Amino acid sequence: MRKDAITSLLAVVVLTVLLGVLYPLAVTGISQVTMKDRADGSVLHRDGRAVGSTLIGQDFRRPAKDPDGSARKDADGEPVLVADPRYFQSRPSVTGYKPNATAFSNRGPNGKDTKEAIDVNVAAYLALERPYDAGLTVARIPVDAVTDSASGVDPHISQANARIQARRVAKVRGLPLHRVLDAVDDHTAGRGLGVLGEPGVNVLELNLALDGLRGTAARAGGTSSSTTTTEGTR
Amino acid sequence: MAWVQLALLLAVVIAITPLLGGYMAKVFAGDRVVLSPVLGPLERTLLRLIRVRRDEDGPIGQDWKAYAKSVLLFSLGSWLVLYLLLRLQGSLPANETDLGAAPWDVSFNTVSSFVTNTNWQYYAGETTLSNLSQMVGLTVQNFVSAAVGIVVLIAVVRGIAARSTDPADRRAGSLGNFWVDLVRAVVYVLLPISIVGALVFVTQGALQTLGGPTELANVTGGTQTLFRGPVASQEAIKLLGTNGGGFFNVNSAMPFENPTAFANFFSMVLVLAIPAALTSTYGRMVGNRRQGWAVFGAMALMFVVLAVVITVAEQHGSPAQHAAGLVTSSGDGTTGGNLVGKEQRFGIGGSGLFNTVTTATSTGAVNSSMESLTGLGGLVPMIGMGTSEVIFGGVGSGLYGMLLFIILAVFIGGLMVGRTPELHGKKIEAREIKLAMLGALYMPFTVLVTTALAVGTDHGKVSNYNGGPQGFSESFYAYLSQGNNNGSAFAGYTGYVQPNGDPDGSFGITFADLLGGLAMLFNRFFPILVVLAIAGSLARKKAAPAGPGTLRTDSPTFVVLLIGVIVLVGALTFFPAFLLGPVVQSLTGHLY
Repeated sequence: MRKDAITSLLAVVVLTVLLGVLYPLAVTGISQVTMKDRADGSVLHRDGRAVGSTLIGQDFRRPAKDPDGSARKDADGEPVLVADPRYFQSRPSVTGYKPNATAFSNRGPNGKDTKEAIDVNVAAYLALERPYDAGLTVARIPVDAVTDSASGVDPHISQANARIQARRVAKVRGLPLHRVLDAVDDHTAGRGLGVLGEPGVNVLELNLALDGLRGTAARAGGTSSSTTTTEGTR
Repeated sequence: MAWVQLALLLAVVIAITPLLGGYMAKVFAGDRVVLSPVLGPLERTLLRLIRVRRDEDGPIGQDWKAYAKSVLLFSLGSWLVLYLLLRLQGSLPANETDLGAAPWDVSFNTVSSFVTNTNWQYYAGETTLSNLSQMVGLTVQNFVSAAVGIVVLIAVVRGIAARSTDPADRRAGSLGNFWVDLVRAVVYVLLPISIVGALVFVTQGALQTLGGPTELANVTGGTQTLFRGPVASQEAIKLLGTNGGGFFNVNSAMPFENPTAFANFFSMVLVLAIPAALTSTYGRMVGNRRQGWAVFGAMALMFVVLAVVITVAEQHGSPAQHAAGLVTSSGDGTTGGNLVGKEQRFGIGGSGLFNTVTTATSTGAVNSSMESLTGLGGLVPMIGMGTSEVIFGGVGSGLYGMLLFIILAVFIGGLMVGRTPELHGKKIEAREIKLAMLGALYMPFTVLVTTALAVGTDHGKVSNYNGGPQGFSESFYAYLSQGNNNGSAFAGYTGYVQPNGDPDGSFGITFADLLGGLAMLFNRFFPILVVLAIAGSLARKKAAPAGPGTLRTDSPTFVVLLIGVIVLVGALTFFPAFLLGPVVQSLTGHLY
């Protein structure tokens, strides 16, 4: 019994060194040498500053301003956010697009709260897009646009969702629609191996590319038009 | 495309099964394999370091009691070391975000969870655990708890296959040596596949860094903090070992864990690889490869049914979506369906299939929110667990659970044709049947009792997030998952309250933590003792050659009988609970 107990503790310690230290360090070493950008989080830089990760969706809304210029607050004292019309908008998130505190919404299929959350998202989507697409009704809204994602930081939207938003973005930026639609296609990741999963439009990459298009910077209200360097690759 | 994806997955798994199965058969027989020149020295070093007892023939053989004792001692040692690590993480290095110790009850649950290959998580990885705890604590248990499952299965099959009953043979009744098997499982099977698997994940974009968090200044003025760590190395073994505990709270939904649809597919292959291949290892060890394919066939048939049901149910959409006026059919450029709590890159097909794979096996990783599944869709993971995790199941545990059902099916089949039941020429007698019944009914009994405690007491109800049938499903799922060492969750059910993801001011819900933790421990080790006892008893029996009247266990007829027994046991025990939760929800458009 005592001998077995000693073997047991020795095994835990020895295997911890092998599997808990050597294994992750070896994988880290190989990854850092051969594919550092990906291993570090596929970070995108603009003007030398890290603006996001190509794998992590972010919020393209801004704090709303009251007429007197102060930030508008909701009943809980939180700042109210409104969509920035120059940008494609990510899928709804229940975590405020936090990649360091992820959570599911845990709303059930038969939940009143599930329907109410969808209603709120639908109202916001219609308010944003209808001025540019008079025929838009709730029945035409792609499901991804008004349902919360799993991670809260889904980097993609569906192609149908992007095509609807493209009309607004083109109008606001003063670009021909076909150029915006071309940019959407350029930043659409197809199915894996042609059959796996679903195609998705990478919202951050697309928005950065639009900011980089010549002639849009001035209208974009001072956003820098300098080139975007893509360190991480999709 | 969902069906193409399912077909492709089956094709890949069928291709892997004989290759990896044959490889593992050689590894555990101690034969030379292709990796021996590289890994042999590592194996011998480890065996020397842990001082495995030897006699002149090599490491000593263990009968079932000695083997079981080693399993329990090793798991106890693992439990103690991991508990200390989690409680002391605040004073240990590699704690980039300055996290304190997790509360004692949450730690009890977490440690029990990882040592039992469950990986149920009441905590949120990124806001509770330091990189040291993840790496040195959890990653290690991901490996060794999986190895324990594999070697117990190998020992059981050795008992079934044993041919020497000569009392003069010192090895008669021996099931092998636990420590040697453990080291071989880690060195030859889990470690090499994990290294390759982790690097594949990094090519897709999974994190692998010790760099710590980094700040991002977002496009429209906001900020994000990327929590970073050695994710890919944990991801590979999380899946390969059918563990399922994510680095991040949302598990494989997080792009840093599961970045692309290809990574998602690769994840599913990793999960199924060992449980499927072990059917082939089993066939080879008992000298009948058809036997392995028969068991594989039974598992695959049930698996396909589950995968089809969840995909159709999720594509249909949820009552809440329809009430809001959404059109949920798929169309040009949209996936449609119930996309609440799902990621665009996986869509309905990639989410439904992944969740079937991880709940039919006892992995419990999720790439979407289980709680947001439709009623019928949510029934699928519950069936995967309610049938005792034998549809591929956990590494090792799936097949040793299946062997209990095989013994029951042999018994029932024997009664039908009026012959003494036999398995591989060995008589199945009263002792084996009693043990098999005990093993098969223990899980349903404990799951129903713990669920009743959780839904019937105020202590249990504080853990609920939703009400109505969804609330019942939450509680039932929690104890079904922990009682089957699965680890997936209707995540509204909680045992750890962490306001705004902030560890300060957080507390554990002691009742849920302890009840779940004890369920995981007992439901892991009790079945292990049962199957080892059966193996010990079979190892000492004489094998009779098969005759014309022998009930064949490798025929399609037996596969049907086996599925019948599994469905019957699962349905009889859990049907009322299924009715109260997911079935009610799938039959009504009513919103609660």
